[in-house]
Amino acid sequence: MRPGLSPAGLRRPGLARDVAIALTGLALLLALPMAFPAPALRDFLIYFFAYGLLAMSLNLLVGLTGLVSFGHAAYFATGAYVFGLLMQTGRVSIPVGVLAAVGGTALVALVIGAICVRLKEIYFSFITLAFQMFIHSVIVTWVSLTGGDQGLRGGIPRPPVLGLDLNDARTLYGACAVVFVLCILAMRQVSQSPFGYTLRMIRDNPARANFLGVDVTAMKLGIFVFAAAMASVGGLILALFVSGAYPEFAFWTTSGEAIFMIMLGGIKIFLGPLVGTLLLQTLNHFVTIYTEHHGLVLGTVILVIVLGLRRGLADVLFDWLQARRAPRAAGPAPGSLEAEPIGDGALKGRTV
Amino acid sequence: MNLEALADCLSSASCAVTQVSTGLIVGMLMFLVTSGLSLIFGVLGIINFTHGAFYMMGAYCAFTAYALTGSFLAALAAGALGVGLFGMAFERLVMSRVYGRDILMQLLVCYAMILILDDGVKLLYGGEYRMMGMPDAFALPPVEIAGGFVPGYYLFMVGVALAAGLVLWLGINRTRLGKIVRALAINPQMVGALGINTTLLYAGVFGLGSLLAGLAGALAAPIRTLTPGMGVSILIESFIVTVIGGMGSIAGAFLAALLIGFTRAFGAIGFPLFVDGLMFALMALVLVVKPSGLLGREAA
Repeated sequence: MRPGLSPAGLRRPGLARDVAIALTGLALLLALPMAFPAPALRDFLIYFFAYGLLAMSLNLLVGLTGLVSFGHAAYFATGAYVFGLLMQTGRVSIPVGVLAAVGGTALVALVIGAICVRLKEIYFSFITLAFQMFIHSVIVTWVSLTGGDQGLRGGIPRPPVLGLDLNDARTLYGACAVVFVLCILAMRQVSQSPFGYTLRMIRDNPARANFLGVDVTAMKLGIFVFAAAMASVGGLILALFVSGAYPEFAFWTTSGEAIFMIMLGGIKIFLGPLVGTLLLQTLNHFVTIYTEHHGLVLGTVILVIVLGLRRGLADVLFDWLQARRAPRAAGPAPGSLEAEPIGDGALKGRTV
Repeated sequence: MNLEALADCLSSASCAVTQVSTGLIVGMLMFLVTSGLSLIFGVLGIINFTHGAFYMMGAYCAFTAYALTGSFLAALAAGALGVGLFGMAFERLVMSRVYGRDILMQLLVCYAMILILDDGVKLLYGGEYRMMGMPDAFALPPVEIAGGFVPGYYLFMVGVALAAGLVLWLGINRTRLGKIVRALAINPQMVGALGINTTLLYAGVFGLGSLLAGLAGALAAPIRTLTPGMGVSILIESFIVTVIGGMGSIAGAFLAALLIGFTRAFGAIGFPLFVDGLMFALMALVLVVKPSGLLGREAA
């Protein structure tokens, strides 16, 4: 009965537009290093892909479902480690390694998520954080497998895929860009699907969703696992690029940064977390050049933005644009975009 | 897994006493930290993610005060009161501005504060490990109990923690102020309408909770190495204790802290690599079987 499973659900209106935007974005990403061939830009962008996927997938939980996870980096790290360890055996090809890493992470997330999603609000935040630190401590203590706090050393081999030599920096960049755009598109598809609108309903009124026959726990678990799988792709991109995996991937500060990226990017646009990733990465880049007291600066910046602006930078920009446009065409208020589909979702629920 | 070593330890009086005393002090530290966390949550409805950093601050305050005065009592007072006052200021200046807003914002200000505190400690004390050393007043031969030897400081620590817990419990359940605080947790508007300064009370409760974390840090300073970032692991442990004991229950926190303390102490012998796993397994078990915790009132 769930409309999301029918083929009609996949061919939703707006899909063509999203695919077109994704292709344009991909073309842009591939053209950028050709226009500016500095290796530093490529490296910066690959980091951007990895952390961008982390932030975007976390936003599926925070923004879409209202589950504020403080432990999302756990899956980022799980993806990186599973992929790295599999590749180091030398017996798997990259596509198999990727699938196994994503699948393995999804499995871990299924177990942890089954416990976490029973909890509401702030409890959810601190249990996810606790499980993340558990995974961190497993990585640090299981020295024989993971190399402990030294990280996964010895490099991660990059056997050729479909005749492409990923040891070539430009090819590696291209492959990462393609994977990145595909994942963003998949997340867009999920968030625009009936499943995505059900999640919005759960975020806005879980009791009502429950009355309408939605299995709230199962839906939350579903998006938790999906978001974890997407985060693991970010982790394995990073592992492939730096040719290793480090316990810092699973440390709580990584999750904190991801939350800050979402906050910076705001909640008004789908790609907001990517804006936040870009902003934070640029900030980190300059802060580490000028001072070793990175935490002091970053902490102060966060306090100023949270207490001063009280919302994301991208939201400030968005509202400013809306306010400029509003007098000309007394169009819909910014909030109505979100509000309308919720009514839609509720109607669908009633027909079931 | 080394169950034989565990069985050996349990059958030998000296080893058993040593492990029991270790479990006790670990449990008592966790109890102090958790009861502060639980108090703040119970009254203000927020989870103070900076609580671990406050613990660290308490330890460093005690370290400095001890280096300056040479008196351990002064060190304890500096750790507890210093962090208590800092907590009040933090509540007034930062946390109070994000009440009622998105949890995301609460998490972010806490995240920012931990970064600032950790880096501030690094700036003041350097990034390397610091040791405070056992205060001269406790440089005594260990006390013999049932064939095992227990350092005198351990007994002092357990005494202080028990006293603090008892004072807290009596204060909340037996005094007029405690009654007001309990009322504040249930209906702040009504308390305000009765002419009680709720703003001050909120800051006071937050300060008291922070003070407990600071006290725990100061008590831990002589027996732990001090590092920036030492607060994270105790924060996570106190989350686990909170879940097992039940949110908002001080008696539950006490019971769960002892349980976790003994799990750590004996687990370190039986399954040294799986101690953290054991704690998480316990937590998962409680969450599945009794989501409200051992002594919690309603489901989380």
